[in-house]
Amino acid sequence: MDAYTLTIIVTASLVAAACGFIGCFLILRRMALLGDAISHSVLLGIVVAFLITGDRGILPMFIGAAALGLLTAVVVQTLEHGGVTADAAIGVTFTALFALGVVLLTLYAGRVHLDLEHVLYGEIAYVPWDTLMLGGYSLGAKALWTMGGVFLINLIVVGLFFKEFKVCAFDPGMATALGLNLLVFHYIQMTLVSLTTVAAFESVGAVLAVAMLIVPGATAYLLTDNLKVMLGLSMVVGIISAVTGYALAVWLDSSIAGAMASMSGVIFLIVLLLSPTHGVIARLRARSRKDGLAEPDVVQ
Amino acid sequence: MSLTTNTESTPEQPSDSRTGGNSHPASPPLSETHRETPAIEVHDFSVAYRKRPVIWGIDFKIPPGHLVGVVGPNGAGKSTLLKGILGLVPPASGWVKIHGQSYKRQRKRVGYVPQRESVDWDFPTNAFDVVLMGRYGHLGLIRRPRAADKEIAWEALRKVGMADYATRQISQLSGGQQQRVFLARALAQNADVYFMDEPFAGVDAATESAILELLADLRSQGKTVVVVHHDLQTVSQYFDWVVLLNMRLIAHGPTEDVFTVDTLQKTYGGRLTILADTAHSVAQRTP
Amino acid sequence: MWSWLSDPNLQWVLMGSLLLGISAGAIGSFALLRGRSLLGDVLAHAALPGICLAFILTQNKGLLPLMIGAAVAGLIATKCIDFITEYSRIKEDTALGIVLTVFFGVGIVLLTAIQHSGAGNQAGLDAFLFGQAAAMIGRDVWVMSIVAAALLVFSALFFKEFKLVCFDRSFAGGVGFPVRVIDTVLMALIVMAVVVGLQAVGVILMAALLITPAVAARYWTDRLGLMVALAGIFGGASGVIGSLTSALGPRLPTGPLIVLAATVLFLLSMFAAPSRGLCAKWRRAARLREKVQRENFLRDIYERYELALPVQQVATEDLLAPGVPLTNSGPGSDERSHVRSKRVPRIARRLERQGLIRIHEHEEMSYCALTLDGLRAAWDIAHKHRLWEIFLMHEAELRSDHVDRDADDIEHFLTPDLVASLEQLLKVHQREPKLLPSVHPLKTGGMDSWTHTR
Repeated sequence: MDAYTLTIIVTASLVAAACGFIGCFLILRRMALLGDAISHSVLLGIVVAFLITGDRGILPMFIGAAALGLLTAVVVQTLEHGGVTADAAIGVTFTALFALGVVLLTLYAGRVHLDLEHVLYGEIAYVPWDTLMLGGYSLGAKALWTMGGVFLINLIVVGLFFKEFKVCAFDPGMATALGLNLLVFHYIQMTLVSLTTVAAFESVGAVLAVAMLIVPGATAYLLTDNLKVMLGLSMVVGIISAVTGYALAVWLDSSIAGAMASMSGVIFLIVLLLSPTHGVIARLRARSRKDGLAEPDVVQ
Repeated sequence: MSLTTNTESTPEQPSDSRTGGNSHPASPPLSETHRETPAIEVHDFSVAYRKRPVIWGIDFKIPPGHLVGVVGPNGAGKSTLLKGILGLVPPASGWVKIHGQSYKRQRKRVGYVPQRESVDWDFPTNAFDVVLMGRYGHLGLIRRPRAADKEIAWEALRKVGMADYATRQISQLSGGQQQRVFLARALAQNADVYFMDEPFAGVDAATESAILELLADLRSQGKTVVVVHHDLQTVSQYFDWVVLLNMRLIAHGPTEDVFTVDTLQKTYGGRLTILADTAHSVAQRTP
Repeated sequence: MWSWLSDPNLQWVLMGSLLLGISAGAIGSFALLRGRSLLGDVLAHAALPGICLAFILTQNKGLLPLMIGAAVAGLIATKCIDFITEYSRIKEDTALGIVLTVFFGVGIVLLTAIQHSGAGNQAGLDAFLFGQAAAMIGRDVWVMSIVAAALLVFSALFFKEFKLVCFDRSFAGGVGFPVRVIDTVLMALIVMAVVVGLQAVGVILMAALLITPAVAARYWTDRLGLMVALAGIFGGASGVIGSLTSALGPRLPTGPLIVLAATVLFLLSMFAAPSRGLCAKWRRAARLREKVQRENFLRDIYERYELALPVQQVATEDLLAPGVPLTNSGPGSDERSHVRSKRVPRIARRLERQGLIRIHEHEEMSYCALTLDGLRAAWDIAHKHRLWEIFLMHEAELRSDHVDRDADDIEHFLTPDLVASLEQLLKVHQREPKLLPSVHPLKTGGMDSWTHTR
């Protein structure tokens, strides 16, 4: 395997690992689509950051994206509080922010060097050529560094607040009773989601980011009942999708990000059908007629 | 295992003593033929969630014209029994007959009052409109309600004392008023057999007496009403027939025969100590 | 200056976006109430592989074959969502997310594979990603208007069924409606709306056309029929406003502008709608706060009068006239008071204008005296308040589980015999109001009549 391939696979694996991690909590909190929404509305943050600073510096972009990610979460929360159902609130918010982003982007196309299609559908194939230069030395692909950094941040934050995140996801009422501020932890998670998606935007595109946010976590959810195992499995599933997806893309001569997302779907389908504990086939077996069931114990 | 024999023998005796051979084909037939077929007949009925049975091997017949209380502890499968009879959850075994025929063929003769929490009360619709939905089953696909249907809906709203609130958005009604709207919807169905899931839960005194009046009215018209009920204190006051349930059928039959300390003990097990009051009142009533 | 309106191309675009907006808005209302708002988003993404496959199979870029491909892919996607939620423990939102990303990923793979294979005339397929309303031509608009008309006819025909299935599925099933079939028809209509919208606004923003007008319409009405009609109007208006705005400048994209127009309508509705809108809610809350403040003030004054009385007695004008001090030791001055001191002057001025109190100065001090009308109102408030106190003290003995907690006034809240027993308890606890108005007022109506005259 040459360095080019390796860089791509490692970058994609880092995306998968970083997204899978934080995605598990989104799935457990039934907020999978909020992740999708945030990944779209950060576009506005990136565009605004470009317009203000005038260059593609990483730091302003991250700040812009994180701000917009948080804004999305806040607006959705506020709308929900005002009686709009959760999914409608998400739909109204992210489409409005994304539309504004697109309008600004096309209006100032001359000043913002940002290819919309590239941002959304990503071209991980270019990642290895965009290297980080320091004092004339090449330190490897830029995306590798940003993704690695974000992955590390996710790992540290989730590690620090593991037990809090767990309680908040499982039983918000109990979390409040324990004195945890639900909103603070909610917004910490949303910041992580924004950071992760914006880093992924730059390198692999939003599609892969959202796919990795949701699909590996859901696959892991069908395989285990232990949160820690679920986090680990989601990373494994993500990395397998990345490797097999790359092979598929080479074979079909197509988008690498798209192929990786497709492969994560294939793996999900296999697990959905065959998982020994929560798979469809195992379930269908369980849903049998009365004679297949154990007679209940005597009531008392 | 001793219980299994109980479940089989208990139901038969009381129904014998009162309705004379309704459940025994061999007994001499009654003169009125419609009294022959039970309003509700449930045979070997079980419902399971995944591998866990929720109700198991339920067998009973209810003659028409009774107010039936379905009673049992939490998690006994009372609501599940109702949903199973109405085909809302798939059974693992058994069958149900309403007036001698399958539920599918008798749908228009069956009215249903679900638990209040089962719908979105913020839905953009008003009380009258909800009641009018009771007519939809008779209309079938695509056809719109006509003047006659609207008249029936008005009549039902008036009967539950909610005519003044007809145009209120349903979230602006109090809990008791919402329950009455649901009852009116069932009335508008013009059914012969009614199933009600906890209609007395969390309602005010006015609604409670309105429901009771309505139940009496329905019975006087010869209709059968099956009510899931959790308040043991009021069972013997409200219902003339009970079905005692705790995953299995414990007993069923006329209230005065079946609703005894003995059967309650079997239904509630050790937990009956909490319900000492009821046991006491029941014991006093039964000699 | 309006000459550009006569541009035939713009007219097609306007017509197309109008029809699209109306039909998507109407169908979107049902999607919203069925709790499947984001389904539109998912279906729009899921349509991409269908469009690509249709192109590969037919090598044709016409709207019709691509629409059929998109519709088939969309229907498969809804079935996948149903399958995942029904047969596994994965919740609906995650299932939507999985189907969205995986279908879209497959779509991107197919799209790039087509592009890289250079399979001839593929340019324009990516128009579906962001939409190209400006490129709509006469034939497209014809197809769109037929589909839009079909959508409206179907939602009118099945209005009753959709309403029932959205409101109460178990009841619908119970009375014998084929819930699954109706659901599938509704999903199919959503798929159709998405498919016609793709070309105009593109994959990502299609969701907005379904959701935003419907959410906006919900603010204005409590009736489903009106809501569906309003959502259609809002959708159509957004389509027209968006297309017109984009015609103003050379680089203004139509799709996003349509979405932004819909968002503006939504924001307007959210703030300005009567009764459900935020402004109306704030106004109601403010009015309630003020009413409570005024009642508390009157009660406070009343209790100060009472303190000076040894026994219960009927008030006369002379008895009331000296009043109670308003400054220093007056209302708001100590913690047992029910009003905040800095609000006292404003409330007092208001009550004086209503003729309920009179304020007079005496030796550098302000005094507040109840008028006979004011006393009647104050007695009413104090009496009611104490009935409440007593009720809460004896709640357990009074079968309080039979109380209708949603009623706002005590006499709606409690039955007459319950009120009678509370009156008895009031005597027992010596909490009866001591200062009686000359004409003993009945316990109902009194307060409403003065609080609502502003």
